[in-house]
Parts: sequence; C-alpha cells; structure tokens
Amino acid sequence: MMKSVGAQSHGNPASGRSWWAGATCAGLLAVGGVLVPALAAADEPRQGGTLNVILDPEPPMLILGLNQQSPTQVVATKIYESLLRYDFDLEPMPSLAREWEISDDGLTYTFHLQEGVTWHDGEPFTSHDVVFTATEFLPETHPRASSNFRQLEDVTAPDDHTVEFHLDEAYPAFILAFEVASFPIMPAHIYEGTDYNDNEMNDHPIGTGPFKYERWSRGDYVHLVANEDYWQEGKPHVDEIYFRLIPDAASRALALETEQVDISSYNNIEPFDVPRLEQLPHLEVVTEGYEIAAPLTWIEINHRVEPMDDPRFRQAMMYALDREFIRDNIFMGLGRIPTGPINSVTIEYSDDVHIYEHDPDRAVELMEEMGLERDGNGNFAQIEMLPLPYGETFIRLSEYIRESLGQVGIDVRLRSTDSAGWAQRVADWEYEITNNFVYQYGHPALGVSRTYICDNIRQGVLFTNTMGYCNERVDELFAEAAVENDEERRAAMYEEVQQILVDELPVLWLLEMEFPTIVNTRVRNHTTSAGGVADTFADLWIDE
Amino acid sequence: MAKIGLFLARRLVKAAIILFFIVLINFALIRAAPGDPAAVMAGEAGASDPQYVELLRQRFGLDEPLHTQMWIYVSSVFQGDLGFSYRQGRFVSDLILERLPATLLLTVTAFIFALAMGVLLGTLAAMKVGRWADTAITTLALVSYATPLFWLGLMLILLFSVHLGWLPSFGFESVGAGHTGLARVADVAAHMVLPVLTLGLFYMAVYTRLTRSSILEVHEMDFVKTARAKGVTEGNVMMFHVLRNAILPVITFAGFQAGHLIGGSILVETVFAWPGIGRLAFNALLQRDYQVLLGVFVVTSILVLLFNIITDLLYTVIDPRIEVE
Repeated sequence: MMKSVGAQSHGNPASGRSWWAGATCAGLLAVGGVLVPALAAADEPRQGGTLNVILDPEPPMLILGLNQQSPTQVVATKIYESLLRYDFDLEPMPSLAREWEISDDGLTYTFHLQEGVTWHDGEPFTSHDVVFTATEFLPETHPRASSNFRQLEDVTAPDDHTVEFHLDEAYPAFILAFEVASFPIMPAHIYEGTDYNDNEMNDHPIGTGPFKYERWSRGDYVHLVANEDYWQEGKPHVDEIYFRLIPDAASRALALETEQVDISSYNNIEPFDVPRLEQLPHLEVVTEGYEIAAPLTWIEINHRVEPMDDPRFRQAMMYALDREFIRDNIFMGLGRIPTGPINSVTIEYSDDVHIYEHDPDRAVELMEEMGLERDGNGNFAQIEMLPLPYGETFIRLSEYIRESLGQVGIDVRLRSTDSAGWAQRVADWEYEITNNFVYQYGHPALGVSRTYICDNIRQGVLFTNTMGYCNERVDELFAEAAVENDEERRAAMYEEVQQILVDELPVLWLLEMEFPTIVNTRVRNHTTSAGGVADTFADLWIDE
Repeated sequence: MAKIGLFLARRLVKAAIILFFIVLINFALIRAAPGDPAAVMAGEAGASDPQYVELLRQRFGLDEPLHTQMWIYVSSVFQGDLGFSYRQGRFVSDLILERLPATLLLTVTAFIFALAMGVLLGTLAAMKVGRWADTAITTLALVSYATPLFWLGLMLILLFSVHLGWLPSFGFESVGAGHTGLARVADVAAHMVLPVLTLGLFYMAVYTRLTRSSILEVHEMDFVKTARAKGVTEGNVMMFHVLRNAILPVITFAGFQAGHLIGGSILVETVFAWPGIGRLAFNALLQRDYQVLLGVFVVTSILVLLFNIITDLLYTVIDPRIEVE
C-alpha cells in the first residue's frame, strides 16, 4: 500500500512567533489526519510491545555528537534530542526547546527549554548543556558545524532554562541547524574537560530521549529500552526497540516479508524490491520523513577533463538522458525529476528555470556546434565513469547512462571501485564522471551552495566542489542570499542562482530521490516529522 | 614422544616465520588499495571539512610514514597486541574475541557435518556402486558441488523460512525471547540449521566423492582380498580394512579446507546475518579499518597453521606407518 502524506502547512516562518509544547500534538494530529483514515486517527495509542527495526550497515558508534551517519542516526535519535524538530514543510516544532523567538534583525535566537528534563543517568538537563554543545563539543567533532555555526558569535545562558544564540549577521538558514543530527545536545557533565573521542562513556550513550541504551551485541543487534523518566508524560509507548543488523539486501526484504522486522528505512531495501513488498497486505510504504535529508542524485562531472569543460557538452549529455525512464525503471517510481540544484522540498526552491527534456537530436546538434567530430566508431568523445558503489541500483543506473550516452555518440566505459576507493578518487579529482547523491539539510546555505562555490574547491575533501566548477556570480549570490534577512530579496537571489546553474549545468541532476520507509501496518505514528525514522519514536505505538 | 615434541617445536617455529610474512604481505596489500578510513568516514558523514579529515588521519595514526606504521604494527603483533580500532573505538582483540565463538560454532559444526555425512555417503555409494543408491548419492553430491553458496542459502531461506515458516532466516538467536538453558540451545540450533547446511553441503559433496573413489581404489587391493579370504565379514572389512586406508586423502583434504571454511563463512555470515568474524573482516575491508582487518587475518592464519599441524599429527594416528619427522 503506497500512502501519500500531503504537504501540510502549520503556519508562518518561525521568526517572531512562539510555539508552545502543545503545538507538537497539534502538528501530529494534523499530519495524522492525512496519514491514517479518520477512524484510525481516533485510536488510543496502545502501551507496550517490542519494535524491530532493520539497521544496515552497522554504525561505528552510537554517540550522535561524534558520528552522524544514517545508521547511527536511526538508533541514536531515540537516545539524543535537539532543541527542535521539523514538520514535513520544515517548520520548526518544539523538542527540548518548548518555545523560541528570533529577533526582527535576525541576530538573536532565544530558546526557552523544557523543565524537569533529566539525562539518562539522572543528572538534570540545563542550558549549560546546550551552551557546551554549541561552543565546545560540536565545533570540534561535527563535520557540518563550521557551516551551520558560521555566523555564530556567542551563546549565552541567562538562566538554567534559557539559551541565547547571537549571530554577527542575519543567517536565515540557522533555524534549520537545530535538527537532531546537526545539533544533538550532549551531556556536559560527562564530556566537559575530556577528550571527546576517547571518553570512557562512549560505549554507553547518555541522552535525554525516550529510549535508553541497554546493550549492543556487535554484528547482531542494538537493544534500547523505554526511558521511564522521559519528560513527555506517558511516552514512549513501546517498551523496547531492537535494531537488527542484516547485512544482505535480499535477506532484509525477506525479514520484512516474514514479519521478523517491522521497519526499514533509507536505502535498506533496493528500489526494485519495493513494488513486490508493497503488494503484501501487512506492509505499507511511506516516502515522507526525508525532507531534511532531501537527497538529490546527479552525474558528477570533472570540469578539468575536455570536452566536459564546455557547458554545451554537459547540456548535450543532459539532453541525451531520459530521466523519466530512470525514475520509473531504475528507481521504480521512487523520486521526482529535479529542475535544478535545489530539491523541491528544500526551502528557497524555484522552478522558474530552463527545463531539459529528453532530446537526443538536440544533444548531437550541440556537439556538432562545438566542432566535435565523430571518430571511426561514430563517437564524439570517450569518457570513463565510476559507478557509485552503493548497491545494485546505482550499477543499473550507470549501465543506463552508458547506453543512452552511447546512443548520441559519447562512449562511456565503466570502472568499478568499492566505496573507499570511490571516495578517494572523487575527493582527489581522479575521475571523469561519476554518480553522487548529497543531502540538502533543508536549506541551500546548509546543503546546496557547498557543491557549487569556487571557495569550496578543495582537493582531498569529499562533498566539496569536486567538479572544479567556478562562476563568481554564483559565489556572490550564494554568499549574499545566505545573510539576507529580507525574504523577497533572498528569494530573488536564490532564483537567479538556480537559473545560472541550470544553464551551465555544473552537474547533471537526475532525481530527487525518495527513500521508502517500509513498515508493518501494526506500527502506528512511525513518521511524524521531516526526520522520519531518524526521529525519537516517542509517539510510535504498536497495534495488536 | 620426544619425536613429536621435536616435530611440534620445528613446526611452531616455521609457523611463526610464515605468520611474520603473512602479516607483512597483508599490511602491504591492504595499503595498496585506494582510500583510507578517514576518507570513508568523511564520505559516510555526507559532509566534510579539511580540518575534520586531517584530524581523523592524525587520530588514526595515518600521518606517520608507511614503513613506521608497518614496523609499529608488526612488532606489536608479535607482542600479542592487535591494536585499536579508532573507527569502532575498541580494542581489536576484544572485537575479534567477541565474534570468534560464533564463527567457530558455525564453521566447526559445518565441518563436522560435512565430514561425517561425506564419509558416510561416500562409503554407502562405494558399497552399492553402480546401483540406484550410488546414482542418487553421486547426483546429490554433484548438485551440491555445483551450486553457488549464496544461491543455495537464499533458496533454503525461501523454502524453509518464507514458504514453510519452520526456521528463522537470519540472526544468531531470537533476541528478546529471553531463552535460557536448553531452550536457548534449541533456539540457537534452529538458527544454525540453514547456515550450516549452506556452508557444509559443498564440502560434504567433496568428501563424498573423495571417499567413494578412494574406497573403490582400496577395495581391490590384495590385503582386502586376504581379509575376505580369512572370512572377515563384509562390514568389518569395510570399517577396519578399507576405510582406514581410504580415509587418508580425505584427511589431507579436510585439513586443507578447514582454512577455506572461514573464507566461505564471510558469504554465509552475510546472507544469514550471523554475527561472526567473516562479516567483521568484510566490513573492515569496506571501511578500510586496517587494524581490524589485519587482526582477523592474523587470527585466521594462526587457526589455519594450527589445523595443518593437527592434520599432520592425525596421519600418524590413523596410519602408524607414517612417522613425524
């Protein structure tokens, strides 16, 4: 059963507005009304039960402040919390902050914290933990801290339950920097004054969340149990969660089929297995809950290699590709065709750009216009492609790309690597074309600009501008828009930058990927925010 | 007895030298692969900044020159220290010791199953050579021999877990069921059936064919005829005269394959989500967790070397004419 959750709006941008804890429930009900038939929405959550969740690959650790990979998030988001959660439209909702205000000049963010919150070891949670996390812990450990906090001047705590963030310039993306994987609040009483990576409590995560760490049997499962002192009365509803490590994709699909596990998330299940699982009466497929991640997959192009330095050649490649075919036959309908660099669920998206239809004749024309000539085999150019080694789907995608570029006279050779080899080659610019997919984190300043600005051309570092694309106007627009507090001016700048990028095609955007969350129908309230399965599960309950 | 002592001493010294080269070669091989753990972790985080990657490399000790890293590693291995996995934040020896029992349980059971069934079926086939039982056993052996492990595993899961619902399809035990004592043993055993079959059937086929042909060869020898002429019953001829002589090639092969079992277990552990050392090694390879991967190599090399010594000793037990040198 494929269910669709319609986009829901819960009000205006957060600036200048206050939200009370009750708003969480309002938000959930509004969403629930669409998610579940009216009758089911009236169901009382049932207490108790054990939830089994697929986990793959095995995370290296569960300390969310030190590691934010997807599998780490799936487990650790039940243990740790942040100040805010976000609904499907990326509007903030209360979490450890019950209420907040943003000053009109966009320079001061004030958060009022929940009271009576304790860490899993019984210590009280206070504003000091928030200040410590923002000023000491994350700047040292979090790979995105330097972009999330780039305008942050200082953080102060007027009292135990109030925190103020002071910025040196308005930075509208900042309100999105408080989701739990970007800003997991770490216990100061455990980490302050220690070597964070070497802390003796690193094998026993302590958070404020609805579930507590119980046991990790390596290679087998992670076991969490309900936190009886959780600050939200009556939650969580389930007694315990087992995260089962199942390394083989076919075995994961079978485990869902035979009801040995209840939930899969992210790319646990290959898209080509989804239609089959969708047919089973005890499973449902939901694609909401990845609005923060908002993964966009593209063909990454090394602009240092001729003739790919010419925008006309990149346009020719784009015209040669049938992206509807890719969506329908490789990703099995799981995704949307992108118009440009910003995912349509990300803030500041605009569709007022040139649209590339599938047009192989136009591709040939463009290459002829460039003065390229066909060789003895009828090829204009030869390029080497590194398929992304993230499962069967990307291999199929690469094969499709080879075929369709081959049809317009671009000869593509595939060269296989494993993920470590891939990361090294791409980071060191030793590739011609490859696939990649990158998360956007809700806002272009957090997850989009990094791919395209000249400043971020850094050899040896992955997820930077590894193509070597450089347009100073693009840099200017991204830089100014990021600190523009006026909504209209900001939107105009982001629109212009999207138009430039779509014309010049630094990369070829193929698909706004939708990850399928596949859930046993007895599990309710599993997807209640843009964090999806990487949320607290405080509201989740199991029906008999 | 002194002879055996001398033999053991000599073999152990040789084993240590071999081990030294195994460590050296593996170290070089692993480092020849592109990519390092810092790059992998940055890749998995979905974001990275240069200081962050530099910091990771420093913590992992990757900023030292390669020969220094190699010297540090080799010398600490021979002091019994397998190092520390920075990726997992734990000592390699702990990681391996935690996972080794599951692998040993799986591989030893599969090994015994394969050997016992193989010798039994091979003997039966040889006794009924040319009859329908022989044909049936030889066909079974051929099919088991020719079927790829992973396919067999998936088909067994399909049949026994999905369609019949008799056996669990993955894992070591029913987590959270709280079984203790005999109930737990039964639970683990149920989880073991499919992986043991998957891992064992191939080797069973090998031993069946080997036993059958070896028996047929020995069967026609003069001493067997003598035994029959003396009036020994056919069963006793088979047990005490034929099989004892025919089993030597099987033992040779078994000793040789004990090492392969651990390699085969990587695949089986992955398909059945069995929390063993094979998967630990495979993940370590993908993540370029050098210390863990090398540690697994060292431990499995030691096991293989030990198996070989045991095999050589077994020869003298089964056939006293063979002496240790």
